[in-house]
Amino acid sequence: MLALQGAFREHKTLLESLGATVREVRLPQHLTGLGGLVIPGGESTVIGKLMEEYGLMEAIQDFYASGAAVYGSCAGAILLAREVLGAPPQFGTQPALGLLDMTVQRNAFGRQIDSFDVPLEVRGLTEAFPAAFIRAPVIVSVGEGVEVLSTYQPEHHPEQIVLVRQERLLASSFHPELTRDPRIHQLFLGLME
Amino acid sequence: MTEHTPSSDHKQTATPAIKGGFAQMFKGGVIMDVVTADQARIAEAAGATAVMALERVPADIRKDGGVARMSDPSMIKEIIAAVSIPVMAKVRIGHFVEAQILQALGVDFIDESEVLTPADESYHIEKAKFKVPFVCGAKNLGEALRRIGEGASMIRTKGEAGTGNVVEAVRHARTVLGDIRTIQARPSEELMTVARDLQAPYDLVQYVHAHGTLPVVNFAAGGVATPADAALMMQLGLDGVFVGSGIFKSSEPEKRARAIVKAVTHFDNPDILAEISENLGAPMTGINIDSLIPEERLASRGW
Repeated sequence: MLALQGAFREHKTLLESLGATVREVRLPQHLTGLGGLVIPGGESTVIGKLMEEYGLMEAIQDFYASGAAVYGSCAGAILLAREVLGAPPQFGTQPALGLLDMTVQRNAFGRQIDSFDVPLEVRGLTEAFPAAFIRAPVIVSVGEGVEVLSTYQPEHHPEQIVLVRQERLLASSFHPELTRDPRIHQLFLGLME
Repeated sequence: MTEHTPSSDHKQTATPAIKGGFAQMFKGGVIMDVVTADQARIAEAAGATAVMALERVPADIRKDGGVARMSDPSMIKEIIAAVSIPVMAKVRIGHFVEAQILQALGVDFIDESEVLTPADESYHIEKAKFKVPFVCGAKNLGEALRRIGEGASMIRTKGEAGTGNVVEAVRHARTVLGDIRTIQARPSEELMTVARDLQAPYDLVQYVHAHGTLPVVNFAAGGVATPADAALMMQLGLDGVFVGSGIFKSSEPEKRARAIVKAVTHFDNPDILAEISENLGAPMTGINIDSLIPEERLASRGW
């Protein structure tokens, strides 16, 4: 559990309800011995900056290369992406891990009053998932090795990719940690085995 | 201004879960007061999770006197255009028209704030009616639960804004968190009387008893001036920190802003706190709270 900034406690509660042991990661040495990492929702600029300053970019890239699984929700998905659109110019480029072969657009649905929740069809789940989109990003395009697990069709707009998987990487535009529904976290724990 | 707006694709906006969930994303972060688009850019680059757009920081409101109101919409729009992080802005207590205006501007969060001059001495805004979420100040648990009952999606300590003195924020944090611990320990048959004594909604008292926390995010505000102040509030058990005058009234705002951001993440790591507290230049001067006459105390506004 990357615990630099954001809603990390909610992820922790859900993972623990599934029987996982969870540790908060703030520095590279905290990754030792873990099988997976969740990067939570929060502000992607803030989390990215704190990752850079404390050497977590390379540490997480090495962690994934060594066989671990990584899941990013909302801001976490932005941080996993190969390319990020909509970063503030004062940042130069958005700090990101570049692990998942996808392009992400920040704040794709507008400001907070445009945030919403919606029941979402997810590949592999029999019933719809209650997905909360909060100033959410969308996945604009994905590379060949990326499996699209869910899309959302807004009214009068093109269909948007909102949940993807690539090998041991999982990324969602929405926040499963804000529900009591553990099915997305179950999917992630499955990638760790 | 309806609370739930279902559309044909079963989408719902502005539900309590969406508003409160947004506030969850600020946790472990620092929300900074800014008065210009340039300051907003500095705050974003330093790692602010959101900025609070206002015309004068509390230290200047305190100095200048007069009536403090909602900021000029043109200035708020400039700040919204300048940054990619959420933008908050303040309205006077009870001034629901200022809130309607901020919602129309696309502000992400509204602070119904005692730092501005109250517009209504009896009633706060009915916040549940708005699509935009609200944060409100509280000195104790009863006040916090009344604001949540009205629809606030986030609570902060009042502290004593514009003083650079953390003592009141500590007092309010200890009071709220202490009241929560007391309620947790009470047997359930006593909760109605607790609700009466606190002047708080019964169902929210029951929630606190069952969960040991507020049903919304709880931040520190009012007097935080150093990384150590910020880490102190986190160790006391709050979810994040607002810094008002403390950053742009100090001698090196950028450096201090970055240090406070790191202090909120690494709040329980004294080695890192020691390192980031070095050479930050002069903090804001600060005011001894005891030297304020009662009318100068902003925390006494609101009820």
